[in-house]
Amino acid sequence: MASILRFRKLCYLEPVKFRTFDESPELYQKLDKKADDNNVILTAKSVLETDTKKKKCTKKPSKEWRCVDTCCWMIGCLCTTWWFLLFLYHCFPATLPGFQVPESPGVRLKRDGLTANHPVVLVPGFVTGGLELWEGRPCAEGLFRKRLWGGSFTEIFKRPSCWLEHLSLDNETGLDPPGIRVRPVPGLVAADYFATGYFVWAVLIENLAKIGYEGKNLYMAAYDWRLSFQNTEIRDQALSRLKSKIELLYVTNGYKKVVVVPHSMGVIYFLHFLKWVETPPPMGGGGGPGWCAKHIKAVMNIGPAFLGVPKTVSNLFSAEGKDIAYLRAMAPGVLDSEILGLQTLEHVMRVSRTWDSVISLMPKGGETIWGNLDSSPDEGHACQSVKKGQYAPTSNGMNANHTDIKTGFQVKETVKCGRIISFGKAESELPSSQIPNLDTEEILRSSITKNVNSSCGEVWTEYDEMSRESIRKVAEKKVYTARTLLDLLRFVAPKMMQRAEAHFSHGIADNLDDPKYAHYKYWSNPLETKCCPEVTNSVKWDICLRLPDAPDMEIHCLYGVGIPTERSYVYKLSPTNKCKNIPFRIDASANGDENSCLKGGVYFVDGDDSVPVLSAGFMCAKGWRGRTRFNPSGIATYIREYKHKPPTSLLEGRGIESGAHVDILGNVALIEDVLRVAAGASGAEIGGDQIYSDIRRMSERINLEL
Amino acid sequence: MSFLRRRKGSETSKSQNSDSHNDKQEKSKRKGDDESKRKADEEKIRKWSCLDSCCWFIGCVCLTWWLLLFLYNAMPASLPQYVTEAITGPLPDPPGLKLWKEGLKAKHPIVFVPGIVTGGLELWEGHQCADGLFRKRLWGGTFGELYKRPLCWVEHMSLDNETGLDPSGIRVRPVSGLVAADYFAPGYFVWAVLIANLARIGYEEKTMYMAAYDWRISFQNTEVRDQALSRIKSNIELMVATNGGKKVVVIPHSMGVLYFLHFMKWVEAPAPMGGGGGSDWCAKHIKAVMNIGGPFLGVPKAVAGLFSIEAKDIAVARAFAPGVLNKDVFGLQTLQHIMRMTRTWDATMSMIPKGGDTIWGGIDWSPEGGYNCNAKKLKNNDTCTARQNGNGDLASTKKVNYGRFISFGKDVAEAHSSKFERMDFRGAVKGSNLVNKTRCDVWTEYYEMGVGGVKAVADYKVYTAGSILDLLQFVAPKLMARGGAQFSYGIADNLDDPKYNHYKYWSNPLEMKLPNAPDMEIYSMYGVGVPTERAYVYKLTPASECYIPFQIDSSADGGSVDSCLKGGVLSVNGDETVPVLSAGFMGAKGWRGKTRFNPSGIRTYIREYDHAPPANLLEGRGSQSGAHVDIMGNFALIEDILRVAAGATGEHLGGDQVYSDIFKWSEKIDLQL
Repeated sequence: MASILRFRKLCYLEPVKFRTFDESPELYQKLDKKADDNNVILTAKSVLETDTKKKKCTKKPSKEWRCVDTCCWMIGCLCTTWWFLLFLYHCFPATLPGFQVPESPGVRLKRDGLTANHPVVLVPGFVTGGLELWEGRPCAEGLFRKRLWGGSFTEIFKRPSCWLEHLSLDNETGLDPPGIRVRPVPGLVAADYFATGYFVWAVLIENLAKIGYEGKNLYMAAYDWRLSFQNTEIRDQALSRLKSKIELLYVTNGYKKVVVVPHSMGVIYFLHFLKWVETPPPMGGGGGPGWCAKHIKAVMNIGPAFLGVPKTVSNLFSAEGKDIAYLRAMAPGVLDSEILGLQTLEHVMRVSRTWDSVISLMPKGGETIWGNLDSSPDEGHACQSVKKGQYAPTSNGMNANHTDIKTGFQVKETVKCGRIISFGKAESELPSSQIPNLDTEEILRSSITKNVNSSCGEVWTEYDEMSRESIRKVAEKKVYTARTLLDLLRFVAPKMMQRAEAHFSHGIADNLDDPKYAHYKYWSNPLETKCCPEVTNSVKWDICLRLPDAPDMEIHCLYGVGIPTERSYVYKLSPTNKCKNIPFRIDASANGDENSCLKGGVYFVDGDDSVPVLSAGFMCAKGWRGRTRFNPSGIATYIREYKHKPPTSLLEGRGIESGAHVDILGNVALIEDVLRVAAGASGAEIGGDQIYSDIRRMSERINLEL
Repeated sequence: MSFLRRRKGSETSKSQNSDSHNDKQEKSKRKGDDESKRKADEEKIRKWSCLDSCCWFIGCVCLTWWLLLFLYNAMPASLPQYVTEAITGPLPDPPGLKLWKEGLKAKHPIVFVPGIVTGGLELWEGHQCADGLFRKRLWGGTFGELYKRPLCWVEHMSLDNETGLDPSGIRVRPVSGLVAADYFAPGYFVWAVLIANLARIGYEEKTMYMAAYDWRISFQNTEVRDQALSRIKSNIELMVATNGGKKVVVIPHSMGVLYFLHFMKWVEAPAPMGGGGGSDWCAKHIKAVMNIGGPFLGVPKAVAGLFSIEAKDIAVARAFAPGVLNKDVFGLQTLQHIMRMTRTWDATMSMIPKGGDTIWGGIDWSPEGGYNCNAKKLKNNDTCTARQNGNGDLASTKKVNYGRFISFGKDVAEAHSSKFERMDFRGAVKGSNLVNKTRCDVWTEYYEMGVGGVKAVADYKVYTAGSILDLLQFVAPKLMARGGAQFSYGIADNLDDPKYNHYKYWSNPLEMKLPNAPDMEIYSMYGVGVPTERAYVYKLTPASECYIPFQIDSSADGGSVDSCLKGGVLSVNGDETVPVLSAGFMGAKGWRGKTRFNPSGIRTYIREYDHAPPANLLEGRGSQSGAHVDIMGNFALIEDILRVAAGATGEHLGGDQVYSDIFKWSEKIDLQL
């Protein structure tokens, strides 16, 4: 019976097979087969012709198993197997009896009786927010209200130059180029997933929902992360919207203060907001002196980049660095500058240099914070601390198994992390006396000669305007610290720095009462403050506040530790090729010995993969701790560090105990802390400080007047 | 197997023999050759088994599919447009582009208020069966879950039958932002076309706001549960503040019209019940309210929907799954499920016809009485004109009794009131003969009525707008008990009566005063020229325990060509959902000039758009459509909106634009103003 069925099927399929073949190829194929029987062929041909016609209706095809067939067959097999597996997967019960899914913190805390209490505002950071197109050039037709940034990024591959054009901002104003409007995606969808399957806030949102949060008490403060902070207000009124939303959340949730959860660059964006909202209009939001105290319960900074991120420097300088924008991670091959001669790196550099907000992540505080030629607060310690295992005793068990962290951190005291950029490995280790002490001012003066090579017109970066001479001069200076770095960037990227320095400042204030600190460019720098002298006559602020007068407010610094994080770089000049290359390159061959922090031209310290501990923790550990001049009202600060543990198996995805910059948003311990605070706990109730790194010692070494 | 194979082989060789015997020598040589080859073939054929063939076939299909997909993706985006232009001639510029060329710029911020069923709903907390659907759309989008786990879906979409709020353990919330209602399902636009055109003249996220709300729950409950009204208020205030004090233009659609009426009363009412905005809030913040297809006085199809879940398409749900909803398929009792679900949605009750017999007509009288379905241009291919020609002796001259919302039997629908007897159902005893509930998977309130109750309903014969409420009270007591606290359907005698401060009157234009905002403008924009349900002929279903006992009598057709009765439904001019009377009366008469409903004399404009179906398939849903939802893609309407948004007033647009008999019909309505 079975054989009959099989036979029937064969007959049934026969015409299908036949139809796909032309008659003649079949014939000739046969003829080819018989090519050796030369004598037969001529006569056979005529016979065959009639023959095959007959055979067509009666006989099974006697065809070769040709390449196309094989392909079809294989693809068919693959598809069928795939569907079958997919089907099985869907049939699977969500939870296998054997495989225990760890309970999410939301469920556990809900069982403990936690419920939504304070409204929560999420402030996304750099690059994680989606951007969509509202008006574009003809090449972007059909993309109206489609995501250019975030989502599947298909447009990068489909029309790369169009995509870059639309994501760039105007090089003069730092705002939209004419005819292009790219706007942030609003709502929770803005940054729940960055790309498909790559969560940012989604896990936290889901856990918040478990204890009762929903659209009415959860708000994502999406803003255009490419713009400087003040420009988000000027162009989109983003700060006004945020203010209005917080007021609304406060009122509609029974006058409960909000808990703000900013991440990464969102942290300094929110610092900016805090100052903006209490400043009188037109520059500020006019909320009045008590606004923050009235509306905000706690600011839970996740992976805060308070004092900047060193990797910004390398990114701006040569569009390198391990991964500042996920750009590189997204398309590693494409970015390779040699492939296809696309000059991808140059394109990326040009685009990212139009983004003012990048400048906000430059290291702040100069040599005081980041160290000078000879010493830096975190040298030596960061690398060793991981090994020593001197973790807070309160967290027994958490550090039990950290042998998997093969960071290889163990250095001699000679690492000069203060030298953020050195040219050549030797220079990065030399004592300062042997370093040629060229004045950066001098370099700047020498840069007058312009050398525009018009043949490089396709991709124009500011490097093309620099002469070989001045490039050599840059390299001759050998070593740049956090202070001279700014001069360097002013030199290599004059347009960008000119724009950006109207919006951001990177120094330390000597006298916080100086009226110049009323300007908004100081608002996002925690080390520079603004006081109140010229506020309208009627309103007299009797205390000068770095932080708003909000005694009940709390500031938490939550960040991951235990991951080597870029801190300084060894550079070299790239082989001279005038048009094709950015003249500076990280010297990937510069490696230290086995235990050194130097790897591939990059010095690493402890951190969360993006932000070094120093930048994330210093303000909470020292700058704002107690009553300081930066924190006159004595707002309580808490440091919550999370030890990085890589996922143990692939099933865990990006891990539930990760300390990496973005993955930490899926860290169960962090989520639990956020949930507890949102449900009403204070910083002391969740356990106060939790420190694994050397942040305290590092802070001690920083000599900053408080 | 081998036998079959051999037979086939010999057959072919025989045929070969007969065919090619002219050259024996060659033949035999070739034959030997052939034989060996055939053996090899057989080897191969054995390999080429069924599974292989299947795989091969699937592979082919996949390949072709990918190739087509690739071609489609590689195709320039403007190709369809070229094709269309080649066939139909150059398309007119979309209104946004046209007006942008004229120099119009974004001026007033815009607020959209979506209507019923068009807004998306997503899951925030659910039962076990809805695992993995967190923040996924249950309503809107692809409706994938409806097919995957229908019972779970129905369970999550239902509300609590007592409170009209969330059932315990389930939180389904409206999607927020423009995405809430730009597309209802993929490819089925609602607001998207309008948004795209607004963007052309410079609008963007910060100047457009979609006031998404949960359209299932009653208007006041959206505030109680989600603070939706407070959010609208705060957003409007924010937009006015950040756009240099320019007032907003509000564009509600369908039920959103009633919702926004409610909002305008709410925002000016003092705090605990209202928003506490003060009595001049609307005057300060709103430039114009441009109601699209507004069912001010209710929608007759809401009655049929509540009564028996029929009507042509009250929820788009039916249109979506016509087969699934068929009662007898799979014995799933789909209709009953849907009935139970929709009866928990309080918002549907906001659209029950308001104003009673005064507005909608009594047993022998109705304002549209003289309406002749045949008077519509024949080329419009009206349903009324396509009737088989009949022996209708009096049909063409007969007055259609639109006032009789529900009649039992066609004879009753047409006879004069003196010709039939009515038995009052109100006192009828319910539940004298309870059916065996265990046999019905789905419980609806009809089972409690029992045979006696059902018969009593049918014996009353004819229901007008006034008695329809009693009828619904009788057949769906739970629903109406909830609804009675949230909505009201009467006409106010004295608007100054303090009882009208209660929120249940706020969404009934006949029981509320417009805000004191003389500079505001109210537009009534709606399509005309589509036959719209107005009244129904019902019958009792053959007694079967688990079915809904009433059904539209689809065999009841008008006798003549120009009868408006078709398939048990009497239609009248409208936009397919809302009759002209409901959409236009307030603008044409109720609020025209200074009336007691409009004490400050807010100017009203009526903008009608005559329906023209799309000329061909390429046009999609048409750029001149007047249908209830498709009108959002009507170029004339979009142009009007854009002009007003850019600063024009009603006079600039050309005042009223009327194609229907709305003024004549309004005259016939005897309402004290």
